[in-house]
Amino acid sequence: MGEVAVLGAGMHPWGKWGRNFVEYGVAAARAALTDAGLDWRDIGSVVGADTVRGGYPGYVAGATFAKALGWQGARVTNVYAACASGAQAVDAARAQILSGLADVVLVVGADAAPKGFFRPAGGDRPDDPDWLRFRVLGATNPVYFGLYARRRMAVHGDTAEDFAQVKVKNAAMGALNPNARYRERVTAEEVAASAVVADPLRLLDICATSDGGAALVLSSLEFARRHGHADPVRIRAVSTVTPRYPNTVLDLPDIATDSAVAVDPPAETFRVSIARAAYEEAGVGPEDLSLAEVYDLSTALELQWYEDLGLCGEGEGAKLLRDGATALGGRIPVNASGGLASFGEAVPAQAIAQVCELAWQLRGEAGDRQVAGARVGISANQGLFGHGSAVIAVR
Amino acid sequence: MSCTRTPVVAGWFAGEGDGFRLLGTRCAACASVFFPREDHHCRNPACGGGELAEFPLSRRGRVWSYTDSRYRPPSPYVSDPELSWEPCTLIAVELEAERIVVLGQAAPGVTVEDLTVGMEAEVVPGMLHEDAETTWTTWHWRPTGVEA
Ligand SMILES: [Zn+2]
Repeated sequence: MGEVAVLGAGMHPWGKWGRNFVEYGVAAARAALTDAGLDWRDIGSVVGADTVRGGYPGYVAGATFAKALGWQGARVTNVYAACASGAQAVDAARAQILSGLADVVLVVGADAAPKGFFRPAGGDRPDDPDWLRFRVLGATNPVYFGLYARRRMAVHGDTAEDFAQVKVKNAAMGALNPNARYRERVTAEEVAASAVVADPLRLLDICATSDGGAALVLSSLEFARRHGHADPVRIRAVSTVTPRYPNTVLDLPDIATDSAVAVDPPAETFRVSIARAAYEEAGVGPEDLSLAEVYDLSTALELQWYEDLGLCGEGEGAKLLRDGATALGGRIPVNASGGLASFGEAVPAQAIAQVCELAWQLRGEAGDRQVAGARVGISANQGLFGHGSAVIAVR
Repeated sequence: MSCTRTPVVAGWFAGEGDGFRLLGTRCAACASVFFPREDHHCRNPACGGGELAEFPLSRRGRVWSYTDSRYRPPSPYVSDPELSWEPCTLIAVELEAERIVVLGQAAPGVTVEDLTVGMEAEVVPGMLHEDAETTWTTWHWRPTGVEA
């Protein structure tokens, strides 16, 4: 599989700004173009990661951003894949570059988040599992995070204190990131004093929903060379695999797992398969990684990702954390950006933001949160309806 | 108040008392079981597709995990905004025979303090909410008192 160059990365800071998502996306796009040293009119294709919260302009985000930047005739693509939308937008851009359809592609995702819980679209839709889980069970996203966390406590012996230490670690790194929404350090006592949202998880164990925008300028290696980027960060793998039947881990927004009565479950879970596909495509393994950006929708889920990415064995996530391996200066820093704990989730922008962080780290431009000598980074995420992604970038 | 009793989702459960069951479907060709029910296509990718017949699930299973909602869930969940929100316990139960995990609300009065992973739980008929004309019914999980 060929590689594509990351010429530019840009973000609009995460927060609760109360403005339209287009504004965040355009600001991120302009920042990425400036970073790449390119004019918007140089871009041959724009790929937008869609949002379900902006009305029609959100469903056609690529065109919305292209119009706002000024129509210039670029090819346009719109991608929706729940929390993996941003990574699938990167994948679509990569496919266009590797196939020769485009030399240089702008990828943009942005969101303006609601107050409180994510909720399904309106109307009576008994055929929509996302509607049903709210109607029948009142099962918000934190309910699922609580189930996973309790299961880890019972099976692996994780404690609430372990979960709190994930927040402490990520908040310390987020405090160093000017694009993060939460830039205060947090203590374990503060986590323990925050309100329980979904037992055993507390408010500070669960990521918020945020406004934000992120963008990347991707190109062929040939285009990069012609434009003076002799040694760019390169994307070597983008995994967007789906689960295999029977999927025996209860996933959002489902009310039940697949039954394994007729077919034995696959040897690896969905999240493990997402990472394995990326490793295989990139020809690297977990031992080659300098850093990882993982989707810490909750503190407990970050520990799950350690195991699913192969950073440690099954059930050893909390020990890896306690040993300091995943902190800045550790063997394999995880969420040096501060993670979702410090950003809050801006759905279509989040997976793009993860790749922005990999790019800045691999260039050595991550400032106070720089991972020394970073050469290989992975990002990983999972969303509703069988979507997940992993991106591997190298320098 | 005399109300019509209506299932919150048609065809997902039926019966009274000890006869209450969650209703899935089973593929006649590969024996895969589905809950929520699949009525049109078997989802086993290795199966050519068989008739999907209604299949009552086991009444009892083991607690796979549990949690609660300490804050009022948004619409379309129905709750009385005039009343203060009482935490709602949710239990995911693994049915051994069907090798499936099914999420449900706990029976009234069951809190997370009453639960451990691995303990036995059984499905019982429950009420989700009622309005002027209708009592909306659902399923609940209730611990049987048998420990892991
Ligand atoms: Zn079948």
